[in-house]
Amino acid sequence: MAANSPEGATPRESRSWTLRLRRAIDQHLPMGHLLPDRQPYYVGSWVYVFGVITIAALAWVIVSGVVLSFMGPQWWHDSRLGRFVNSLHFWSVQLFFIFMVLHLWGQYFMAGWRHGRAATWMIGVVIFAVSILTAFTGYLTQQNFDAQFIAINAKDAMNSAGIGAFFNVLNFGQMYGLHVMLLPIGITFLVVAHIVMVRARGVVKPIDAEGARS
Amino acid sequence: MDTPATYFHWGFILISVPNLIVIGGMIVLFAIALVAPFPHAEEGDDGSK
Repeated sequence: MAANSPEGATPRESRSWTLRLRRAIDQHLPMGHLLPDRQPYYVGSWVYVFGVITIAALAWVIVSGVVLSFMGPQWWHDSRLGRFVNSLHFWSVQLFFIFMVLHLWGQYFMAGWRHGRAATWMIGVVIFAVSILTAFTGYLTQQNFDAQFIAINAKDAMNSAGIGAFFNVLNFGQMYGLHVMLLPIGITFLVVAHIVMVRARGVVKPIDAEGARS
Repeated sequence: MDTPATYFHWGFILISVPNLIVIGGMIVLFAIALVAPFPHAEEGDDGSK
């Protein structure tokens, strides 16, 4: 047993992975960055609100999706409350995509990948791609004729791409499992990583503020 | 709701009117976000005006 306590050891000396992890979090993600109470003046623009609205829409998508998965297809098609929650899920997704694209436009035109933010941008791109896949599996699991029509037509595209054996759009169980479990977990994990990376480095300066004092 | 959407056809561009309205609305909203004044925008502390 070491004479010195792990608390006093430097990160390189310490063999305690919890201590090293805690110090790394303290160094790279201080609470002042994670939950700031003030922002630079250039954040005073409605363009910066698009990302927050996207997160709010995602929260509604997840909440309504949990209710739908708990209650089941009979409920979401036949009861008034079920149809309401089903619609809430659908329209939250529409808002999620609309504001995600507006957020993308804003970040594209201000080159949001500058100054070490390339990984943040690329994770955003992956979130966009996984969201499309999640929406697609959602359309396939509506349990109505629309879902069957989409599945019958989409199977040819999947087969021509060579992934039909692994991604069978006619298999409701596989599509439902992907839609309510794996893909939402993936999106949530990626969104959390995206937000933490934004908070760690702060919001990128507008291009015309590059020469201004920081 | 069961009738097919009306389509806008101009040269090689073919898009349903509902999709065209959504994309047009997004462009308008983006333009408004660029020019609309943001409340308390002058009160930032980090490099504030």
